[in-house]
Amino acid sequence: MSRGVKVTGGLLAGIVVIALLGPLFSPHEYLQTDFDAILQKPTLTDFHWFGTDILGRDLFVRTMLGVQVTILVAVVASIVSLVIGVTYGAIAGYVGGRVDAVMMRFVDTLYALPFIFFVILLMVAFERNFLLIFVAIGAINWLDMARIVRGQTLSLREREFVEAARLIGVSTPRIILRHIAPNLLGIVIVYVTLTIPQAILVESFLSFLGLGIQEPQTSLGALVDAGVYQMEGASWVLLIPAALLAAILLCFNFLGDALRDAFDARGAR
Amino acid sequence: MLAVEDLTIRYGAETAVHELSFDIARGESVGLVGESGSGKTQTALAVLGLLPAAARVSGSARLDDTELVGADEGVLDGIRGRRVSMVFQDPAQALNPFVRLGPQLRQILRRHGIADGGEARARVIGMLERVGLPDAARHYRSYPHELSGGMRQRAMIASALIANPDLLIADEPTTALDVTVQAQILDLLEALREDTALLLITHDLGIVAGHCERLLVLNNGALVEAGRTLEVFTSPRHPHSRALLQAAPSIEDTRPPETDAGECVFEIEAAHVSYATRDGRLQAVRGVDLAVHAGETLAVVGESGSGKSSIVRAALGLVPMESGRVVYCGETLEGPAQARGMVARRGLQLVFQDPVGSLNPQMRVADVVAEPLYVHERGIRPTAARERVTKMLAKTGLDETFLDRYPHELSGGQAQRVAIARALILEPHVLVCDEAVAALDGTVREQILTLLAQLQQSTGLAIVFITHDLAVVRVISHRVLVMYLGRLVELADNAALFEKPRHPYTRALLDSVPIPDPTRAGGEITVRGEAPSALNPPAGCAFHPRCAWAQAVCKRDKPAVRELDGTKVGCHLASELELARR
Repeated sequence: MSRGVKVTGGLLAGIVVIALLGPLFSPHEYLQTDFDAILQKPTLTDFHWFGTDILGRDLFVRTMLGVQVTILVAVVASIVSLVIGVTYGAIAGYVGGRVDAVMMRFVDTLYALPFIFFVILLMVAFERNFLLIFVAIGAINWLDMARIVRGQTLSLREREFVEAARLIGVSTPRIILRHIAPNLLGIVIVYVTLTIPQAILVESFLSFLGLGIQEPQTSLGALVDAGVYQMEGASWVLLIPAALLAAILLCFNFLGDALRDAFDARGAR
Repeated sequence: MLAVEDLTIRYGAETAVHELSFDIARGESVGLVGESGSGKTQTALAVLGLLPAAARVSGSARLDDTELVGADEGVLDGIRGRRVSMVFQDPAQALNPFVRLGPQLRQILRRHGIADGGEARARVIGMLERVGLPDAARHYRSYPHELSGGMRQRAMIASALIANPDLLIADEPTTALDVTVQAQILDLLEALREDTALLLITHDLGIVAGHCERLLVLNNGALVEAGRTLEVFTSPRHPHSRALLQAAPSIEDTRPPETDAGECVFEIEAAHVSYATRDGRLQAVRGVDLAVHAGETLAVVGESGSGKSSIVRAALGLVPMESGRVVYCGETLEGPAQARGMVARRGLQLVFQDPVGSLNPQMRVADVVAEPLYVHERGIRPTAARERVTKMLAKTGLDETFLDRYPHELSGGQAQRVAIARALILEPHVLVCDEAVAALDGTVREQILTLLAQLQQSTGLAIVFITHDLAVVRVISHRVLVMYLGRLVELADNAALFEKPRHPYTRALLDSVPIPDPTRAGGEITVRGEAPSALNPPAGCAFHPRCAWAQAVCKRDKPAVRELDGTKVGCHLASELELARR
């Protein structure tokens, strides 16, 4: 594994571990309001390490909760897009012909729907909940994945080892499972590490618009949204979650790049 | 003129070229030979300063008084194209696809301040004429993709020679070309270079035998032998040179294998195969019959576009067959491979050209070879499968340490052994080898051919061997089918075909094969130009535009296939022509 993968992977793991365990060491709860300590500056004395927000809630605990939620949404959404996208793309690419045409036109149609409009409709039609956000984000991400996987499958299908398998008499599902899918792994892993930050951004954006995570739950996007209103008097309420969000995004992007390099090197050897 | 001293090229801990020293005098032609990975190309790129940044180069390469190793780009720019130029293996990649030929060549003249404007244009057209591009003024405005492979390589040679350089480096200039075109290109290089020195990089001893005055033999990045071509060929001093010479197959000195044919196991009748292309329907195979018997090797020979692969791939069900009949052990086969009965699928196996590409990079050798067992013998226990795999690998000369390796950890020859093991583990009756040794080095190629012959002896396997390499055909086959533009040209016994060819095209193929012997190399070439596109084949006999013996009847009528002394031949003049060689 290359150094880039180690460093960024380690940093991400560190952030996740702190986000999970950090709140246990704090005497405060994410729900607990303290009107005597509104918009307090970050301090060590009464354990408000990141200060407090407008309702006097401890910002450290809330930020850590935000990191948990943000990463959870991103990872789950990416897994949804991974499973649907890879299956869909591999089938369309391998079977080809009319099946491929119909399946990919369906993807094109979904692409044409304006995403935000689609999400607002979902939010209005159903009660807002966690699950809906996964569905909404997964529903756009798998389209990209399906296209990429289909393209790769098209070229893999012509490779000699796939022809060899056909000749031996290996069945189509088994060819897709044993010969196509493992060879998609490299590009898929790389692509997933690149879609995770995209999902994080979308979630933050939705929360920022007030369409995402609802109070008292929170995410980094929601925290940034709340912080904007206190920007002038209490800049830390904005800066701390924003900095963490940026750090996480950078980590995933670097990890994606580093993984891509790692897989490239293997192919070239 | 060029003096290379202690040239060493390293990539990290690996040494690609080790303390290489040689020199080239003005006007001399020197062959640089070695197997793949021996550092031939690296040496050439080092002289031109074209190595990737990761390479660390030490030593010296001086062109007259200019040091080229470590020279800055400005100096190198003045030398590349002007004093040292290069012809690459694949002209399709070496020419800029977006620039018309004329401007592409004119740019060289302008860059080096040799000529400009109308004068440059005239010189470019003159050069294109000299390399034999028909209608050079028109091709001045052609894009590279509008030319055939051979014509593109001619254009590449034109661009390399237009500035009249002191040294021309040709890196496997004919490897991507058909054998009849190869001979023409080599003659052209020889005829045009005049006082330009030539460094010819190749793995093919047949090529250097006829075209180089001196030889440099590389092995693992080190120079193992240098000397006059004749001396190296007649009395090689280093064991590696001897091994290379022995592995160089010659159609002249080899005896065909004994025939021991049994009953007919595989038959194709009146096969027609066509593909839809953007420019219309391409008739790849137009009514060819072939039959293979147990224990027999049938070679299918032809240039690219002859349909030799198409007919076999269609018979195996990998591409659809338009019409025709395929019979395997008395059973008629129809439809694509996956729709066929398991018996036929089990009995017909294929070995591909690219040994590494035909193995799934994510599967271990044991799983690759075991896969046919899991498909055809449902419920076989993993331990039993592994035992069978180990035995099969042993037959192909691989021990059990290979079981858990991945394909990228294998050499080309080892990978091809794995592919053969996979094809043979079900004990098929027919094995099709599609250019199965074309991607392998000489010594490895010989080993694989020996292995196939042994396996045939012990199992009575019928082998269909598709190849463009007549030297391989001579060594391995019992009978030979020669194809041209989708039709049967000649079908004969090995001995008959090589000693008494009946068709002018067969004779042309034989004449084009480079002979790895400096005393006999450089014979007369009896074929002109390149094979036309199968999209638009000539009327009458498809070969007549290139045939030295063509008559009026050849332009008018398609020749029927007839039989003469056991040889099937498709030529109007077959009974009249005397085509035996020497």
